[in-house]
Parts: sequence; structure tokens; C-alpha cells
Amino acid sequence: MQTPSPETPSPQGREPLTLINVREGLFGAKGDTSGYGGLVDRVQMPGASERPYGEWFDGVVDILTELLGDDADEAIEYVVVDRGELTLYVAREHLLVVAQHLRDDQDLRFEMCLGVSGVHYPADTGRELHAVYPMQSVTHNRRLRVEVAVSDGDPHIPSLVSVYPMNNWHERETWDFFGIVFDGHPSLARIEMPDDWVGHPQRKDYPLGGIPVEYKGAEIPSPDERRQYR
Amino acid sequence: MSTQTAQATGAFVEDPDTPEYTVYGADWTEVVDEAKRLGQQRIVVNMGPQHPSTHGVLRVMLEIEGEYITEARAGIGYLHTGIEKNMEFRTWTQGVTFCTRMDYVASMSQELVYCLGIEKLLGITDDIPERASILRVLMAELTRIGSHLVAVGTGGNELGATTIMTTAFVAREETFRVIEAITGLRTNNAYIRPGGVSQGLPEDGVAQIRAMIPKVKAKLDELMALQGKNPILQLRLKDVAELNLSACMALGITGPILRATGLPYDLRKSDPYCGYETYDFQVPTSTEQDAWARVMLRMEECYESLKIVEQCADRLEQLGDGPVMVADKKIAWPAQLALGPDGQGNSLDHIRHIMGESMEALIHHFKLVTEGFEVPAGQVYQAIEGPKGLLGVHLVSDGGTKPWRAHFRDPGFNNLQALGIMCEGGQMADVVVAIASIDMVLGGVDR
Repeated sequence: MQTPSPETPSPQGREPLTLINVREGLFGAKGDTSGYGGLVDRVQMPGASERPYGEWFDGVVDILTELLGDDADEAIEYVVVDRGELTLYVAREHLLVVAQHLRDDQDLRFEMCLGVSGVHYPADTGRELHAVYPMQSVTHNRRLRVEVAVSDGDPHIPSLVSVYPMNNWHERETWDFFGIVFDGHPSLARIEMPDDWVGHPQRKDYPLGGIPVEYKGAEIPSPDERRQYR
Repeated sequence: MSTQTAQATGAFVEDPDTPEYTVYGADWTEVVDEAKRLGQQRIVVNMGPQHPSTHGVLRVMLEIEGEYITEARAGIGYLHTGIEKNMEFRTWTQGVTFCTRMDYVASMSQELVYCLGIEKLLGITDDIPERASILRVLMAELTRIGSHLVAVGTGGNELGATTIMTTAFVAREETFRVIEAITGLRTNNAYIRPGGVSQGLPEDGVAQIRAMIPKVKAKLDELMALQGKNPILQLRLKDVAELNLSACMALGITGPILRATGLPYDLRKSDPYCGYETYDFQVPTSTEQDAWARVMLRMEECYESLKIVEQCADRLEQLGDGPVMVADKKIAWPAQLALGPDGQGNSLDHIRHIMGESMEALIHHFKLVTEGFEVPAGQVYQAIEGPKGLLGVHLVSDGGTKPWRAHFRDPGFNNLQALGIMCEGGQMADVVVAIASIDMVLGGVDR
């Protein structure tokens, strides 16, 4: 579906891991005199985990794999266990089915989806926009994370409102701030910004805005224009 | 309507010829006469955004038939200030000052969840000094009492019962006195910091906490006496804005609304943080699932929180003096501040050290405060039991000194989705009851 960017290593021949950022130089400003201006630092998310994942994670992944049957390999792109939290990277075509199983199977029972948080990774070519769904199981007292990555050019993800009605406003928010289109949402209207707003403010290429402030004769630039450590 | 994207408010009145009226309060007869003349069946009433009973700036669009609501929709966004976006341009520590302003009635719950999230990212959750954890619990519970008192108090006020509000606010003021003595500020404290808290207790801190408890308890008793058997209040609240367990689960409702349906779901018990498993307290529930049950539940929770506050005071006394910030100098901002007369905190020892004794310490201080500390790349989700329900934070770090993304799941944002199901089929006058029983704060909803 997506073309992996050539520089990123693909673990086990799967989709590339999330490239968070490519940092250049030591400071935000261009042409600094520190001599470190040529530094290029590629920051990546923690990589795919190997089994055993530990705790209850193996069991949940096993049950989900069994329920998905032949589609499992395609549906679950990879599994990350980091800082004691389980993340399933799911292909968007299979998101609805995965969510349905997560909610309904008696051994999974993730009854609540705690919304959807959008994240923009402009450097992660072909997978710029991520939708992160934290799932909470009240029955089993567990929490896991389902993450779906789509490209900037085709930012479509099926809506989970039919499975998790509580996600209605959360999906509207993520559409509003990141421009991810949740197909099948009953009314995907902006929620925080006005209806006629142009652009999606929490994308990384959307400026923070603000104006320079004069203080004791000196002019202090707006926060996103300031020289900063990076 | 065939616009490309759905409109939050635009499509409600589809016909451009539909007459619109602006009502200011003294012109009712005019409007009624006009409505009679036109003979319109379908009337849409726009309530807010500037309306005292909307807990901030909430707009509610109501379609009515006589006195009954046929459709209710909430329009939010009027208090959106881009806090999450702003946090991406500040250091991890500076972010505390931003997130504390989200739900400004329960400031320190956001601080707590945000800092717990950062600590999980840093992998220092177990290194937080016990004193800091106790102080965090103390503040979280005082905040919970304050938030519940505002919910109950303003809820009463909206029905015309001013005394409920004044009594509740007097009690809240008592908690604020202690909060101010410890943190320096009444609200928007920026007290809890990554790695600990900004300062320990003042000398008479424990005594102040102990003196506060009976005062708050007396006010809570007074409120209970005022409300508990009040027939008017019961008539207004009982069987109003009902929401049963399955509706709660479908809408992801947490907090007092969920517990009022009988499910004792409380993250302090099911997924404890800051050592909550070691405190002795109950999780009150009810099966009435209406607005009345929620008010009573919030009152009971205040008593339980006071029990926790008492235990915090005992433990702080036993523990004596000690650090309130993690030992790692690469993370620890100066703690143990002394409160100046201007309300600003400064550690005089620390200033003497960096200004008079050690050049390296000054460099370190400068680097830590201006540049901040680096947080290893990755993402976490942290949730706590806020006063209004499950308060979650999703943090992503790119390994730098600023969050790559900070997203808050405000319980009010999620719970406000239930407004429609609570109001539809009910009476116009019960809308304010439903809003009050959801108890959201629009600063948190809109962020």
C-alpha cells in the first residue's frame, strides 16, 4: 500500500518504523556559527519487538491473530512493546475488523476507546499522519494502543464510530487539527476551529503564529521564530 | 445543503428564509406574538455561548416542541486556545504551565497526568521521592474536592439556590488557603513538575492541613443538610438527565456519571499511581443514574478525598523533611523553594550556590532551565482518575527537549457527548441540570 522510504530499515521485511524527525544542526536557526550546523540526526520510534512480549501482551496478540485468521499478517503490521505499553500498528483496511474483535471478544473486551490522537511526522515519507487509539479494557483492566499510519496525500482512515460511538467527537477533533478524513463518520465537521477555517492547525507545517513582543527596548520574536536548542 | 464538508452549526437551520430572533430577555411578548403569527412548528433555540449555566463558553442548539426538547446539539470550540500546539514549542517543564490552564477548576490533575507521562517516557517513575508522591496525592485530592464543590455549587446556583453555591465556594476557599500556602498560588499552580514537585511543605504545613480538614468537613455537612432532604432540589434533579450503564459504556463516560450507574470504576483503585493502593478510601457508587445521584456521589467523594488528605498529613508528618525532587541533576529543576512575599518561589540556598560558589553549577542551571532536558524518543499514554473522569495524556517525544506531541483526553470533552441523550425528550428547564450534572469545564473541553 505505502512505499517505504529507501533509507529506513524495514524490520523483518515489514513496513518501516516511524521516523519521527530529521534534525539538522544543533540549533533551530539556520547558519549558526557553532560548527555543528551540518549535523543530521534521524530520530526513530522504538523498533518492532520480538516475542515474547511479556505480561499479558502475548496472549492478546495471539487471540487477535487467531480471530483475524489469514488476514492477521497483513492487518497487524508490527507490534511494539515499549515502556511497558503495547502498541499494535494496524493497516487501515483492517482497522474496523480489528476494533470489532478488540471490543467484542470475551478475552479481549476493550470496551472503551479513549479517543484518537493524531500525530504528524512530516519526515516519515508515505506515513506522515498517524492516528493513535488508546483502548481500555474495564473487564480485564488492560490498556493497549492501536496505531494507524496513512500518507499525507491519501489521509483516509475508516471511522470507528460504528464500533466505538464515543469516538465521534474525538475523530472530529483529529480531522479538525490534522486533516485525517475518517470515512463513514456520521458528520465529520470541524469541532474546535470555526467551520470556515482553512488548514489543519496541529500539523507541523502549520505555523504557531504570534507576533514579536517589545520588552525594555528589545524585540522578542514569537515563540516559533526564536532561536532554540534542538 | 451540499457543501463539501459537514458543518458543525451551519446545517441546523436549512432554510435561509427561516426567521431568526435575538432575545435579550425583556422582549418575550414580541417574540411569542411573532411566533404565533408565523405558526412555525419547528423552533430552534440557541442557548449560549455566553450563558452563565454553560460552565465556560458552551453553545447548545435545541430544537423544541413546546417545552420539550426533540434535538440537542452542543457546539464547542469557543475557548480553544491551542494549548497542545503551544506545548510543542516549550520545554517539557514549561509545558506544566500550559496544561494547568486546560481545566482550570482542576488545574493540578492535568499537571499530575502530564508529569507522570513524562516520567514514564524518561523511565524514572520509581525514582520519584516518596514525599513528592504524597504531596501529589494531597494536591490531587484537594483539587478533586475543589472541582466537585464547584460542580455541586454552580449546579445549585443555576437552579436558583444561591446558598448552595456560596457554601460550596466557602469550603473550596478553605482548600485554596492550604493550596496557596504550599504552592504559592490558588489555581493554575504549576506545582507538580517532571521529577517531583516545586517545593516541599512550609514549616506549619501539616498543621495547616490538619486545621483545614474539620472546616471543610463542617461545610460539607452543611451542604449535605441543605441538599439531602431538600424537596425542591430533589424534584428538579431526580429522574432527570438519566444515563444508564450501557449508554455510558457506548459513550465512553467515566467518573461520577459512570459510578452513578453502579460500576465502581476508578483508576485510583484499578490502575493505581502515586501509591494510591496504599491509601484507605472507598469508591462510592449509586444505582440511581440520574442528576441527583451524581450530586450525592460527588459529595460522598469529597468525604473520601478528605480521608485521603488526612492520611497524607499523617505520612508527611512521619516522613519529616526530605527531597521533593528526583535526585538526577540532569532532570531536577531547583526544588525546595522558599515562598517570597510576592508569591514567587526562590531557593535562596540554590541562588547562593550558583551565584556565589560554583561557575559550573551556574552553567548547569542555565542549561537546564533554558534548554531543558532531553527525553528519549518514544510515546506513552498515561491516565489518572481526574475529578471529572478518566484524564489521559498521549505524549510523543522525538528525543529532544520539547514534546513532539502532547494530547490530552479531557474527560469533559468526551462526557459532553452525552448531552444529547440526556436532554432529548426532556424539558427545556432540565437542560441546565444535565449540563451541571456532566460537570465539564470548557477550558478543558476546548484546550
